[in-house]
Amino acid sequence: MSAVQILRNFFEKNGIGLGTFLLVAVFIWVVILIILPQLSMLDFSFRHHLPPPEMGGPKDTYTIEHYKYLVLGAPGADTSYNVVDLGVFGRTLIAAVFVTILDLILCYPLAYYLGQSKGGGFIRVLVLLLIIPYWINEILRAFAFRIIFGDSGLINEVLLTFGLINDPIDFIRANVALYAGLGYAYILLMIFPIYNVIESLDRNQIEAARDMGAPWWRIHWRVVIPYAKPGISSGCTMVFMLSAGALAAPQILGGPSSLWFTQIIYQWFNQGGNWPRGAAFAIVLLLTCIIIVLSMMRLFKVKIGDIGK
Amino acid sequence: MSRGVEVNLDNVWIRFGDFVAVREANVSIKGGEFFSFLGPSGCGKTTILRAVSGFLEPSEGTVKIGGRDMAGIGPNKRPTALIFQNLALFPLMKVWENITFSLEVQGFSKVDRRKRADELLEMIALPDQGDKLPSELSGGQKQRVAIARALCAEPDVLLLDEPLSALDLKLRQHMRTELREIQQRVGITFIYITHDQGEALTMSDNVAVMRAGVIDQIADGQTVYDDPATPFVASFVGENNVFRGTVKSIDGEFAIVDTNRSGELAARIATSAKSNLKVGDAAMMFVRPEACNIAPDDAPGKNRLTAMVKHEEFEGQIYNVFLEGSEGKEIKMSLVNIGQNRQSAEGKDLTLEYAPEHAVVLPAGELASE
Ligand SMILES: Nc1ncnc2c1ncn2[C@@H]1O[C@H](COP(=O)(O)OP(=O)(O)OP(=O)(O)O)[C@@H](O)[C@H]1O
Ligand SMILES: [Mg+2]
Repeated sequence: MSAVQILRNFFEKNGIGLGTFLLVAVFIWVVILIILPQLSMLDFSFRHHLPPPEMGGPKDTYTIEHYKYLVLGAPGADTSYNVVDLGVFGRTLIAAVFVTILDLILCYPLAYYLGQSKGGGFIRVLVLLLIIPYWINEILRAFAFRIIFGDSGLINEVLLTFGLINDPIDFIRANVALYAGLGYAYILLMIFPIYNVIESLDRNQIEAARDMGAPWWRIHWRVVIPYAKPGISSGCTMVFMLSAGALAAPQILGGPSSLWFTQIIYQWFNQGGNWPRGAAFAIVLLLTCIIIVLSMMRLFKVKIGDIGK
Repeated sequence: MSRGVEVNLDNVWIRFGDFVAVREANVSIKGGEFFSFLGPSGCGKTTILRAVSGFLEPSEGTVKIGGRDMAGIGPNKRPTALIFQNLALFPLMKVWENITFSLEVQGFSKVDRRKRADELLEMIALPDQGDKLPSELSGGQKQRVAIARALCAEPDVLLLDEPLSALDLKLRQHMRTELREIQQRVGITFIYITHDQGEALTMSDNVAVMRAGVIDQIADGQTVYDDPATPFVASFVGENNVFRGTVKSIDGEFAIVDTNRSGELAARIATSAKSNLKVGDAAMMFVRPEACNIAPDDAPGKNRLTAMVKHEEFEGQIYNVFLEGSEGKEIKMSLVNIGQNRQSAEGKDLTLEYAPEHAVVLPAGELASE
């Protein structure tokens, strides 16, 4: 089918008015809201950090100094690599992977349970319970976690009262609060894609496996998980991307020593006022995340097309 | 392969809340038998099968396999293999992996499994198809893979839940013979579920006819067909003309029924009704279309009735003649086509006769809805 034909079919199906509206809306969405801002960020990241009057002047040339900075650090620094920023970068990614795995372990059984038990009022209540926390805004949620995990927070109080510990545990410093906060924030994004695929899994397949003598773990390993793979990977992708790019939770719940890479980016944009450097850092983060996701998908043999299902 | 073992249901009740899905089922199935449950949709056939395979515990009564009480033994521990109504092949496993899943569970090596899969694929006439995915097979091929998968576990009892219902007529008839052959070859007990009486009659040693959770009759196919135990069985299995009325007189094996619209008719008393049918009881008399014939003359008789021919149908090997019956129903008569040119009798009165021993009388009861 040629492009013209596709277009004609499209207009015949939707009518001129609606067709035009849809086309324009998609165009605006894709070009103005997705492509242009990212391109301008990309452009920024290759420019010098100049005071406004000099922008567009003779000094405004393309450079890779910001990328170099991330890897090598400031020129003349006493280490040959930018140990601090790279360290934060690496730790952020590992922490994001950790949060993703944590969410997966928590959500898979829940999604399986929700997906396989046939409807019922109880299930609806359960789903509602999962959604309600999302009515509360992010900041409030993060601070609530701070309170729970704080030195004199609920958890420490309980543990102290029962004599399980003698001194309060510093959950904030140990980043427990951060992981819990991030994991909690993205739980739904993990549950729903998995729930969706598992719901469409024919119950008879599980019973057939059981009938052939399979114990529960093998049923999951050979029947349910392969089937749920598209859902699992779209859940993992979203949770990983969003936790690597989270800002509020690390800001509020992170221990004093643990900087999240987004916080460094934020500092360059905001406190440093160095937009080009911030843009360069952000783009490195984005590309690395995409590469990680794609290689994981390759490793687990998931096709991109499956994810949208 | 393992010899078939017997299966017994003793006074089994299965309830879902207040709803009784199976009522007082007493069934004994001999080892190596091909046993069918036949009944209309929703009568509880699958439910019974699930109780045998262990996915469901009966609310009351016991299920015994090989003489052993199965209470508390899960489906993965029972010597049964179930073929599901929708087959339930694993879509993401190759055909050979599907077939040998039970061996995988038992920890057999890949080489052994592959070897066994090839043997079974040979048996189901699908050699070299092992590396396909189930979605790449035709309906009949999937069917056979499901059978191979179930047989691979070497069960003592194979349970089949309407496995042929998704196939087209030709294939279904072919698979009937094939299933029967496989059963005779492996010699294990087959419990087969169907709502298709043709399937049940052609394949089974014995048939249990079910109606809304109740087993009406258990007997071999011939008996179920010729000597039904209830009006439901008479009307559900095969075609039957039914005449309602009251018992006028009883004479040994036979009874005369005073039918509401077709006069007095004689018929054999069904075995199940012999001891309890009395003069004056409401009764139903059944005559099969193929038991009817055109009478040589139109003299009245206790095995004759006269009615107007509404229409005729030519079906190749038989003619169907439909006569005006009572209660808006037609009386159907099937005549074997023996090559004579018949004059159409449409619109005329016709007298048909039947041999009273080929008709049965039963106490009035529920009929199968069409
Ligand atoms: N889990 C359940 N909960 C409640 N009712 C059920 C359940 N399973 C089956 N039933 C009911 O029990 C009855 C028998 O169901 P069953 O599946 O055994 O029918 P069937 O004879 O196999 O019918 P079909 O030929 O359509 O497969 C039906 O009325 C059904 O609604
Ligand atoms: Mg069924």
